[in-house]
Amino acid sequence: MQELIQALVAGVLMGGIYALIGIGMTLIMGVMKIINLAHGELMMVAMYITYVLAQYFGLDPYFSLLIAMPSLFIIGVLIQKYLLNPLLKVDSILPENQVLMTVGVGMVLTEVMRFIFQADFKSVKTSYSSTAFYLGTISFNLPMVVAFGIAVALTICLFYFLLKTDVGKSIRATAQNKEAALLMGINAEKITVMTYGLGASLAAASGTLLLPIYYLFPSIGGPFTLKAFVITMLGGMGSTVGAIVGGVVLGVAESLGATYIKMGLKDSVAMFIFLLVLIFLPGGLKRLTKV
Amino acid sequence: MGNTFNWRKIPWAKVLSVAFLVLFPLLVDSDYYRHLFIIALMWVVIGSSWNLLSGYTGQVSFGHAIFFGVGAYTAGLFTTKLSMSAWWGMLLGGPVSLLVGIVIGWICFRLRGPYFALATIAIGEIFRQVAENWISFTEGMQGILIIQTFRSKIPYYYLALGLAIACVGTIALVLRSKWGFYFIAIREDQDAAEALGISSYRYKSLSLMISSFFTGLAGAFYMNYMAFIDPQVVFSLHYISIMAILVGIIGGVGTIWGPAVGAFIMVLLQETFRSSFYGLVPRWVSEAHVLVFGLLVIFVIRYMANGMVGDWPKIQQLWSRPKAVSSPSVSGN
Repeated sequence: MQELIQALVAGVLMGGIYALIGIGMTLIMGVMKIINLAHGELMMVAMYITYVLAQYFGLDPYFSLLIAMPSLFIIGVLIQKYLLNPLLKVDSILPENQVLMTVGVGMVLTEVMRFIFQADFKSVKTSYSSTAFYLGTISFNLPMVVAFGIAVALTICLFYFLLKTDVGKSIRATAQNKEAALLMGINAEKITVMTYGLGASLAAASGTLLLPIYYLFPSIGGPFTLKAFVITMLGGMGSTVGAIVGGVVLGVAESLGATYIKMGLKDSVAMFIFLLVLIFLPGGLKRLTKV
Repeated sequence: MGNTFNWRKIPWAKVLSVAFLVLFPLLVDSDYYRHLFIIALMWVVIGSSWNLLSGYTGQVSFGHAIFFGVGAYTAGLFTTKLSMSAWWGMLLGGPVSLLVGIVIGWICFRLRGPYFALATIAIGEIFRQVAENWISFTEGMQGILIIQTFRSKIPYYYLALGLAIACVGTIALVLRSKWGFYFIAIREDQDAAEALGISSYRYKSLSLMISSFFTGLAGAFYMNYMAFIDPQVVFSLHYISIMAILVGIIGGVGTIWGPAVGAFIMVLLQETFRSSFYGLVPRWVSEAHVLVFGLLVIFVIRYMANGMVGDWPKIQQLWSRPKAVSSPSVSGN
């Protein structure tokens, strides 16, 4: 029983960070209708930024959120503006051209980092990296709890932004119906650029939050891109609430899989859920709840 | 999209390049270059197979490592489990991979477009992780090591060349038959194709079967040639599945010769950088060999949406009239 609760706690805490990755992905998917296959790689870039700041400037990883997020926002904006949007005008055989471009972008990001930092494993050591506190017999890893808290706070800010501000409303309008949004005078191109930047900076946030508890190497992005899909599919494309639920479900499923099945098959659990959702519930949880 | 007339226009280029490839190991007495060409020819097979399913039938697969890995493991397991030659894999790797293809088609073809692509990624990852963890069957991360049959590269070279010619030839034949037109019809508009009485499930499966068969053969060949496999290599999402896509894109999606050209560009470009231009430039350049390929991919998608072969007229135009605007579609921005 205790084992189960411990697994659930670890799963939910991880799920909070996953949700943050998933929300970024789902925003991009909702507005541009493309799968961003560079999502994990954007996160990886942010992790390296945080790593450099911590290693050479002694900056606390949580503080470097303030630098990593804006930097990734800019990178995201540039990618969308100069690489993805121009493709809309190009005529090609496969409609998935933009998706394939994100594959290329992800590959280049990974390789640039490999070029600069080599393929070694890196980690950021903080004084609190392995601190834990106990509630009863259940242990809570401190950085995980802090990361969870920041993730929740960022999510609340994001919802405020999407629901209350003009730009946020424009993003939601474009996601719902691009043509109608255009007719209402929304500059769709600007919105796509904003959204990609926003998605990238959310990925940056999750990367930075993960760094104190994780390790870092250039090809770490791939697995996280896959996780971001699973979350997005689980929650339903374009649904931010769905992404939160999806993130937590994925975190818990992985944690239970690692505890009760086999550590090495942790990621297979995610993929298996993903397949089941794709086949039996193609709209994701969104279809059940209509959120 | 008639690609067949291209073939009539300049057959000599193709005839000459095939003749060159046949004579290559006799002309060049270097195991290093033979090895490069063997790998490139293997990629011709993988890229062309991917192109049949994705470029011609429109089902973008991100999971060709499944078939490659299944083919390779079929060959490898003959040695470790049955103590037989891994060459049995050349006979059975293709069919086994084809069977896997049927099952995957049955699961995935109910999904369309990006969902299909995602499902193939997921299945690919499941295969990799099962191969990593099912140690009693696959030896897990240790991989499978066999002993190469031939010391010389030449038998492997001609085997790879034969495989590549068989693969490209079969695909060219299929595309001239009714099947080929059905495939393209499904790519262009699946609902319209259904309305005309083409069973999209059936023809997508046929396309996948041919594609998985040849990819499986390439995998079995890889096992025999490299004599070592492990799940991280043969089931790799990045180094097999995505490379198969990039090879197709660079050369030209939906062209018969595109993936072949793309495969050679990929292998030779990466090797040129890996060897720091054969020692002509400083060592650190070699670190960038994948990076350069990635940049090329971005460039091709951005400026040559149909790849080197598909946009060949555009490239020629640039050549003859440097000042001319190549095409209205890229003049944006």
